[in-house]
Amino acid sequence: MFDTANNTPEKLLQMLAALLLFGAVVGVVLFLASRVRGKRSDNLVGYLYLLPVVLLLAVGLVYPGLRTIYESFLDAQGKAFIGVDNYKTIFTDGDLLTVLGNTVVWVLLVPPLATGIGLVYAILVDKSRFESFAKALIFLPMAISMVAAGVIWKFMYEYRVNQPNVKQIGLINQIIVWLGGDPVQLLITDTGKLNSLLLIVVFIWIQAGFAMTILSAAIKAIPDEIIEAARLDGVNPWSMFVKITLPSVRTSIVVVLTTLAIGTLKVFDVVRTMTGGNFKTSVIANEFYSQLIRADNQGLAAALAVVLFILVIPIIVYNIRQVRQEA
Amino acid sequence: MTVTPLTTTPEITPVQLSAAAVAKKRLSSPWASLAAIVIAILWTLPTFGLLLSSFRPELAIKRTGWWTFFTDPTVTLDNYRAVFDSDSGVNLGTYFINSLMICIPSVLIPLSLAALAAYAFAWINFRGKNILFVAVFALQIVPLQVTLIPLLTIFGKVGIAGTFWPLWLAHTTFALPLAIYLLHNFIKEIPATLIEAARMDGAGHVAIFFKVMLPLLTPALAAFGIFQFLWVWNDLLVSLVFAGGGDAVAPITLQLANLTGTRGTAWHLLASGTFVSIIVPVTVFLLLQRYFVRGLLAGSVKG
Repeated sequence: MFDTANNTPEKLLQMLAALLLFGAVVGVVLFLASRVRGKRSDNLVGYLYLLPVVLLLAVGLVYPGLRTIYESFLDAQGKAFIGVDNYKTIFTDGDLLTVLGNTVVWVLLVPPLATGIGLVYAILVDKSRFESFAKALIFLPMAISMVAAGVIWKFMYEYRVNQPNVKQIGLINQIIVWLGGDPVQLLITDTGKLNSLLLIVVFIWIQAGFAMTILSAAIKAIPDEIIEAARLDGVNPWSMFVKITLPSVRTSIVVVLTTLAIGTLKVFDVVRTMTGGNFKTSVIANEFYSQLIRADNQGLAAALAVVLFILVIPIIVYNIRQVRQEA
Repeated sequence: MTVTPLTTTPEITPVQLSAAAVAKKRLSSPWASLAAIVIAILWTLPTFGLLLSSFRPELAIKRTGWWTFFTDPTVTLDNYRAVFDSDSGVNLGTYFINSLMICIPSVLIPLSLAALAAYAFAWINFRGKNILFVAVFALQIVPLQVTLIPLLTIFGKVGIAGTFWPLWLAHTTFALPLAIYLLHNFIKEIPATLIEAARMDGAGHVAIFFKVMLPLLTPALAAFGIFQFLWVWNDLLVSLVFAGGGDAVAPITLQLANLTGTRGTAWHLLASGTFVSIIVPVTVFLLLQRYFVRGLLAGSVKG
């Protein structure tokens, strides 16, 4: 059944060669490390162990990062210096302002909604008989690729022309028809940012499992004594939630919100798979790709990447500080 | 970037009554159960619809909704045959192999390099250690978009564009900061007495690393390995930029993404293709759920 091209053995050899080469590098490092003796040996062994990592990070992360910042001041071909023009374009061009606006909507909606749903669900299934099964259902979307998630939901949103002999095959449009409405071209209609909102639904669907898992763990970590005491005081369920559960999991909520915000800022696969960023649904990370590959505007792509970088930094710093506080 | 240290075990906390449980007990109106069931259905239905469709004949998928299956059940494996068949032009088998070829080195290489580096940071005293560690730690904030354009140029100049090398190197590099940080957190928890004892016996850093550290590190390596495997398997951006078109090195997600563009209405192929592409992550998820959740939570901000 696997009708693969005949070059599979060749690929396999390539991979084995790469692994062998890499094994040889590690082998040399370890061999040299085991040979080092004497006073300075710790220094040498330390540097040897770090050598491959430092090389890779310097060439693969630090240099490209700095280079991209530099290239964001160059023109489309990456040749002439044009100052901050790329940044000016990002913040003045109509299409790019839509992109920024969409990104803002995404970041405002996804983290609170995914966290809210995750928290409510974690509480609802906590200690129930089917807890682990119920959790697996919500968590599964997180395990599959966002491309697959995109296809799954594109099918939900599918539209068929509104003619008497044509039936809808997308569930959402079928429900609209059952309710007596006319089918809508869901992913094309940008009135009221409808299509963007529908993409956001998909991302929430993916991320709620993450929120649920973290918050569920936090809920289970609340000490029994506190709950018992509150119960003896006759606290009603709602105040139990507001006065005990919420404050106890506050840090976790912040961590989840910031983590989701970072993930949302970088969202790419979902948009690219479902609309390709067309019909006014593009976001920063997708626009970066479009400018780089489709529009061939390297300078603008670099500037978009830098903007993304700058937006992510404060959230990550805050996130790390919260995590450290918690630890 | 890390959210939870690898040592956290969210699932196993035996408590008799949590706050939520009490709240729920009192709330235990049918409404609470109903809400949970509604959410669970909403989260399952979209996948179920496409899964069911993947077994329906092509014409049935195109003409009627999947819910009509219950009144007109016809099942076929043709769609799965079609995505593996070279006649359909989809050829998922080739891409499936490519995904494996990309994933295996992209997991093994960063994992071993990170283990070495994490050991050095935790247990070897060398000059400049702290500065280097902070630098590696800080690199976690770099979004991979920032690195792609110059890397594309570099790979072109070195002459490895269009091979597996750019993918292996890029995935390895992007994995390192997080992997080192997580493994370091884990390694430094290992009691110093164990290492001292080994040193007394005359073991050098190489022997200590292999005989003392590696066996203890297994759970952390497994968690991060699974996370990295799925991250690479599910990746789209890196492969779009470095694997380009054609079936030479492109992974299965890329081919699926391309199908949605070029054969956007061929739902019989998209449906079966989707499930072929997620069979690996779903299996890993079901078999190794605990490691999987840990790894995923630990690395959720990556990229």
